[in-house]
Amino acid sequence: MADGGQRPFVDALERLGQICVCLVEEFGYYLALCIECIYWLGWGTLRRQPVRFSAAVQQMVEIGLAGLPIIFMLSFAIGVMLAIQGIHTLKQFGAQTQVVLGIALSVTREFGPLMTGILVAGRSGSSLAARIGTMNINQEIDALRVMGINPVRYLVAPVMVAMLVMMPLMALFADFAALFGGAVFCKLELGLSYRAFWDQTSHFIGVDDIMQGLAKSGVFALVVALVGVSNGFSVAGGAEGLGRATTRAVVLSISYIVLTDMMFTYFLNRA
Amino acid sequence: MSAAIEVRALVTHYGPRLILDHVSLTVAAGEIMVIMGGSGSGKSTLLRHLLGLNAPTSGSIKLLGQDITTTTPMQMHALRKNMGVSFQSGALFGSMSVLENVMLPLREHTRLDEQTMAIMARMKLEVVRLGGLGDLMPAQLSGGMIKRAALARAIVMDPKLLFFDEPSAGLDPVVSAELDELILKLRDSMQMSIVVVTHELDSAFKIADRITVLDRGKILLAGTALEVRNSSNERVQDLLNRRPRQEEIDADAYLRRLTGG
Repeated sequence: MADGGQRPFVDALERLGQICVCLVEEFGYYLALCIECIYWLGWGTLRRQPVRFSAAVQQMVEIGLAGLPIIFMLSFAIGVMLAIQGIHTLKQFGAQTQVVLGIALSVTREFGPLMTGILVAGRSGSSLAARIGTMNINQEIDALRVMGINPVRYLVAPVMVAMLVMMPLMALFADFAALFGGAVFCKLELGLSYRAFWDQTSHFIGVDDIMQGLAKSGVFALVVALVGVSNGFSVAGGAEGLGRATTRAVVLSISYIVLTDMMFTYFLNRA
Repeated sequence: MSAAIEVRALVTHYGPRLILDHVSLTVAAGEIMVIMGGSGSGKSTLLRHLLGLNAPTSGSIKLLGQDITTTTPMQMHALRKNMGVSFQSGALFGSMSVLENVMLPLREHTRLDEQTMAIMARMKLEVVRLGGLGDLMPAQLSGGMIKRAALARAIVMDPKLLFFDEPSAGLDPVVSAELDELILKLRDSMQMSIVVVTHELDSAFKIADRITVLDRGKILLAGTALEVRNSSNERVQDLLNRRPRQEEIDADAYLRRLTGG
């Protein structure tokens, strides 16, 4: 009986230990990938194995330009929703006109980068994991290696550059789209002119607010690229394994983005 | 003849499981060595180690005189320019046309201009009888054409070592025979040392200068095609005559497996 009573505790402890080891291993892999990318970006040319600029541009188009319509649509909707909720809440204090402050700060500091991060994780993170996973299954990664082409230099570094360039730009675009959504609703509901909305917005938000959002989106870019790529490289077991890795990449990216966002917001707003 | 490939006492594991057990073999320059064996014999694992894709537990693998278990990444990178590999699935990049696939090693390792690289790639496509099909995408090719395109990519840098993983797998006998002819032609015209991993007996006996037979991670026999055919080894004859394995059952071990003990 005593053994039976102790066993579940020992098993739970063992599982917890295994989870911790897996987590350390996974984060170690992310770090190693990141360092290897920096190495190829910095010293690839010296080794006559440069990271191709054209590959990075191609990724920028795939990650960025192709995603702009959906980002505009969703960010616009977020702006409208913030305006609706803000006006509804502030109406109770007769302070509806202050809604612009709420929209401007929450969009630039929080919702613009967050929405962009989640959308890019869903769109590009999953396609990244699927693409690299398929290449892994088809032995294309092995083919690159035996040809003397480092897969991290050839496949990962261009994605990393593209993500780091495009994510902040897309977050900025999302900021404008959401503010535009808020402005449209405020005009319809409160009769606030676009000019007045813009004047108030530029009065309330400073460079710090925008930079806070952009810094976050830079971190989200790293998260989406590293999680997508590492899940792609770890694909095993054919189509089923590919599906699992793709789903895992999206779920993990979004989870890490939200958790990172929370930590960022906490530390940046303590002062 | 000097050795192009020299493997000494190679031991490899997947996790705790022993896959290759003190495997030693030599491939002379300009020779076609066929590595034969049934499923699970360790031949694909041996190939992955010859290609430097996996690190062995112990032993040495010398390619063109360099031990790849101790080389620096820079030395390995230089060595890879002298190696060509044709994978079982072809491993062509789906997002590139056939011509772009064949040009890729030239793009990455040379500073030739675009026109020269395209001409060189088209020449190799002619060698494998895919002339004029460079603009097709891999998805538009048949199984035999994929293997030939992969071969064109493998030889575009004129390597000294050429590796084939199951060249005949999934091909009809005619296409398979054509590919065998191509392998022989390449050896004769380009003086390459070629390693072919296969379990197709007809193909193996047609192209091999020497054959190494692997079984359960150990080398059963290494010799000419005639020596392999005339071998008195029972496992070799099982393989050649497609006889199922007659395994002796250990009653205790069998019971332990069933009861999970």
